[in-house]
Amino acid sequence: MTADRDSSQENGGGSGLPSGAGETHGVGRTNRDDEPNQTGMSRRGFLKTVGLGTAAVATVAGTSAPAAEPAVAITPEEMAKITLVVNDRQRRLLVEPRWSLLFVLREKLGLNAAKEGCERGECGACTVLIDEQPRYACLTLAVEAEGHRITTLEGLMQGEELGDVQHAFAEHDGLQCGFCTPGQIVAAEGLLRANAAVTLDEIRTGLSGNLCRCGAYPNIFRAVEHAAQRRQTGGKS
Amino acid sequence: MACRNTTYHRPQSIAEACQIAGEYGIRGRFLAGGTELLIDLDSGRDRADQLISLRDVPDLCEIRIEAGELRIGALATLSAIATAPDVVRALPALREAILTMGGQQIRNRATIGGNFCRAVPCADTPPLCIAAGARLEIVGATGARTLPAADFFVGPRQTVLDRSEILTEIRIPVPPAHSGASYQRFSLRHGMAVAVAAVAAVLQLDGDEITSARVVLSAVAPVPLLVGECTDLLVGRKPVPDLFAEAGTIAAAAAQPITDLRGSAEFRRELLAVLTPRALNEAAARAKGEAA
Ligand SMILES: Cc1cc2nc3c(=O)[nH]c(=O)nc-3n(C[C@H](O)[C@H](O)[C@H](O)COP(=O)(O)OP(=O)(O)OC[C@H]3O[C@@H](n4cnc5c(N)ncnc54)[C@H](O)[C@@H]3O)c2cc1C
Ligand code: FES
Ligand code: FES
Repeated sequence: MTADRDSSQENGGGSGLPSGAGETHGVGRTNRDDEPNQTGMSRRGFLKTVGLGTAAVATVAGTSAPAAEPAVAITPEEMAKITLVVNDRQRRLLVEPRWSLLFVLREKLGLNAAKEGCERGECGACTVLIDEQPRYACLTLAVEAEGHRITTLEGLMQGEELGDVQHAFAEHDGLQCGFCTPGQIVAAEGLLRANAAVTLDEIRTGLSGNLCRCGAYPNIFRAVEHAAQRRQTGGKS
Repeated sequence: MACRNTTYHRPQSIAEACQIAGEYGIRGRFLAGGTELLIDLDSGRDRADQLISLRDVPDLCEIRIEAGELRIGALATLSAIATAPDVVRALPALREAILTMGGQQIRNRATIGGNFCRAVPCADTPPLCIAAGARLEIVGATGARTLPAADFFVGPRQTVLDRSEILTEIRIPVPPAHSGASYQRFSLRHGMAVAVAAVAAVLQLDGDEITSARVVLSAVAPVPLLVGECTDLLVGRKPVPDLFAEAGTIAAAAAQPITDLRGSAEFRRELLAVLTPRALNEAAARAKGEAA
């Protein structure tokens, strides 16, 4: 797995879209084709393929979204031009079809909060919100995330301040080594966005998709309980 | 995630998706939530090299009641189904079955169609759908067909689908008045643990008489097992605990469990003798309007 990952970096990383290249802010510069429809799913096939190589990469910065085509196919030798909406910013990227969202977030966008743990949907270290719902970034292809709103732990910050769930984790020592923590916090955020009036039992089963090797569970659950109470009382307690 | 050397297709219609799949045969796979497929490709267990994404295919995520049927699009995620008001109202046991599955991240991504089509013996959504008399809508390169959910499974990881066929919809008759359903499952942990054994039961009562009964077992046979002997035993009788215990004995005998790391075959039979009466008791209570 690791060896393969390395060679993929040679291909993709080597032809080198600098992270953040061509990014624009979410507001203002939107393109109708890029907008999710009511169901949150982007219906248009605005994927555009690009062969590996410098000439193709050089054209990327100035493109507008291409017209929809029927059934786009991207072969392993090609890259796809996609726009991801990450933490309210549009990020335009070239991706290989097999790249996971986790790989793209960490290696192409420099957003390192989501962690690479098991890479098979079991540990939760890679949890991000996609359309407000916690999902595993390791089990999501980057091309499939196109047109959906992605929120990482970085996006939960209030400017330079910690978000409320982050605060609660700090207050209650909801961590030891901290490796699982970004995933725990994003999973808790998703849980509380769906329903802030959660019981301790609902928190425990709600976070069952996030493992903590250090076993900080009691403090994690206490932190989430506290954050939930605060949300229900509008910030007090 | 290294889905090595795969070509990614993004068809815009069912017809296109079927056509691409037909073209590539065993090299092609439909990509729904990917919670099974991406792991299989990554581990080399699945060697397909053409991924056919269903994300842009229209109308596959709808959940609605129409013409007396609860219709669930194959691409609906497990959490969308568990929270759909029509499901909660018409078949709360389906919501309960889904909430036993994986964790929130899995349920937010995994689809019911993927759960059917991967066809592992311990899959949690098929048993209740089969017990409730579901039919499956299937579309392929050469046309469409409909078939009872009970006839869909051929063996572990094997279904009746040919390579070009897409499962598009699961249609469950809305349970009539005086009927009830239940899904009872045993796993080694609550959350993120697959079933060691599970039982789905659907009962219909007329006064104090059972008029129809279907018991389906999960994780104890190569495919979800509809136990005809339970139906024979139950129909025409009074819904009492002694009868349900007897049905448990029959279910345990009908199962073909294996021994694996989660439990021995004997343990699975013991579980069935407990889970079957539990499911029938709850289904009966619901049919009588005694339980939510
Ligand atoms: C951590 C973890 C926990 C899990 N826990 C459970 C559990 O408790 N219970 C349980 O039952 N399962 C569980 N699963 C398994 C899995 O999440 C489910 O089976 C899920 O419903 C699969 O759906 P998917 O959309 O992700 O399928 P995918 O991975 O996208 O597809 C699975 C297979 O079905 C085919 N396919 C998908 N949709 C269609 C369609 N509409 N028509 C034709 N073919 C199709 C694909 O080509 C592929 O071969 C778990 C998985 C993980 C990783
Ligand atoms: S890295 Fe995604 S769940 Fe473990
Ligand atoms: S704090 Fe170390 S893994 Fe959770």
